[in-house]
Amino acid sequence: MKEVIHTPVPKVEEEEYHINMGPQHPSTHGVLRLVVTLQGEIVKKVQPHCGYIHRGIEKMCEKDTYPQIIHLTDRMDYLSAHINNHAVCLLVENALQIEVPERVKYIRTIMDELARIQSHQLWWASFGMDLGGLTCFFYGLRDREKILDIWEETTGGRFLQSYYTPGGLMWDIHPDFQKNVKAFIKYFRKKIRDYDRILSGNVIFRERSINVGPLSKEDAINYAITGPSGRGSGFSCDVRKHHPYALYDKVDFKEILYHEGDTLARYLVRMDEMHESMHIIEQLIDNIPEGDYTAKMKAVIKLPAGEYYQRVESARGELGVYCISDGNKTPYRMKFRTPSFSNLGVLDYISREFKIADLVVIGGSLDLVIPDIDR
Amino acid sequence: MDIEKLKERVITLVPEAQLEDNKQFVSFVIPSDKFRLVVENLKSSEDTAFDYLFCLTGVDMGKDLMVVYHLSSTKYGHEIVFKVKLSDRENPSVDTISDLYRAADFYEREVYDLLGIKFNNHGDMRRIFLDENWKGYPLRKDYIDEINIVEL
Repeated sequence: MKEVIHTPVPKVEEEEYHINMGPQHPSTHGVLRLVVTLQGEIVKKVQPHCGYIHRGIEKMCEKDTYPQIIHLTDRMDYLSAHINNHAVCLLVENALQIEVPERVKYIRTIMDELARIQSHQLWWASFGMDLGGLTCFFYGLRDREKILDIWEETTGGRFLQSYYTPGGLMWDIHPDFQKNVKAFIKYFRKKIRDYDRILSGNVIFRERSINVGPLSKEDAINYAITGPSGRGSGFSCDVRKHHPYALYDKVDFKEILYHEGDTLARYLVRMDEMHESMHIIEQLIDNIPEGDYTAKMKAVIKLPAGEYYQRVESARGELGVYCISDGNKTPYRMKFRTPSFSNLGVLDYISREFKIADLVVIGGSLDLVIPDIDR
Repeated sequence: MDIEKLKERVITLVPEAQLEDNKQFVSFVIPSDKFRLVVENLKSSEDTAFDYLFCLTGVDMGKDLMVVYHLSSTKYGHEIVFKVKLSDRENPSVDTISDLYRAADFYEREVYDLLGIKFNNHGDMRRIFLDENWKGYPLRKDYIDEINIVEL
């Protein structure tokens, strides 16, 4: 009789080990390296290593004039380029107490909201792809292209526009601008229903996002998580409501708040925000008043000595610009408080005890843009 | 709490606090050894409830190094700015607030990385952007930029 040989059952791996995710990894959306400590496939710790694309924008600002700085801010959160420009322009205008023409305020508000829509579109596209739905990526990019076309007509840039200048705009809008924006909204209102059909109600998607990466309101405030990620936890932090600028105190829109704090809540905030942004644009697009596209500005802009803080709501959250001026044409110190940098801080906390596959989903739901972290 | 009461509260906590001329925020310069005490108090007190640290940064003021804290209360909506000046340029240090505000964890590491200000009891005081063996602190005004990357 043949003897049965029992092969020893391998012991369950209890030791912790590290895995490097990035710096070149499709789901980190850029050059971010995450050192993940795992036990089996359970995440025990996430250590972000930043700096792969650190350009020293704050140091460069100390050598540049204010109109030059605007071109650098495009390169932080490149998906909210208009909104970043807006922050520096408002800082200079408030410091010099310049009243910009009404026409400029209208165009800036419309451009900001277009930026928010296209940023959320690209986020939706890549978030779907992180979850394995490649169709989302094509849908998202297809619709985003329409906004880039509208921008290209007016600003000449598709990605980095540098369209705002202190006091106004680089040049006036294209004659077809209003017509094209209205056509886009009509188009996108139809298409966004497809977004919901393909992802929002999808059983697999909901299984993977409900109760994944929960973040309470207290923690969101403590970690300074702003933007859609914070509002998914019920933290009312919309700068457009709390510290209105441009025309946000005149237009009607809701601050989207969800209280669940999980990945699905963060997802739904962004989906609803696209509707709100379209609602804002619709109120303004037919009423752009005639007038100049820029206020009269001096050739050399010097801010009075002192310090200034300006915040705007970028597509990712609260963007703060802190500037100390000594009266020269270049700032003494310029600090950008970027939303992605704060939001990255919570990744370790909310992804612990989840599986490594969930880490990709949680990271995607925070909507990190790496040049915004590294600056 | 209105602004006047807030000012009084800070001055009763730290009599040495200097009120600054600032149109936008209530702004105080606080001695570095008393700073943590003030923040702990203002965060835990029911009527101030400063629970949201929205900006933390460092500045090289030439002679001194300075850390600037922007705090706000999500409950009441009031805001305050604290500044801590550090005259020791060789070994500047201030107590951490990263245990009170988790957001400060990364902010403080950034300030350490670019200005060389150490935060006591931080727990993970490493550089965040630059390489571990990078020499000097780039945002200091006396930093010598050998490869001239900024002016290229």
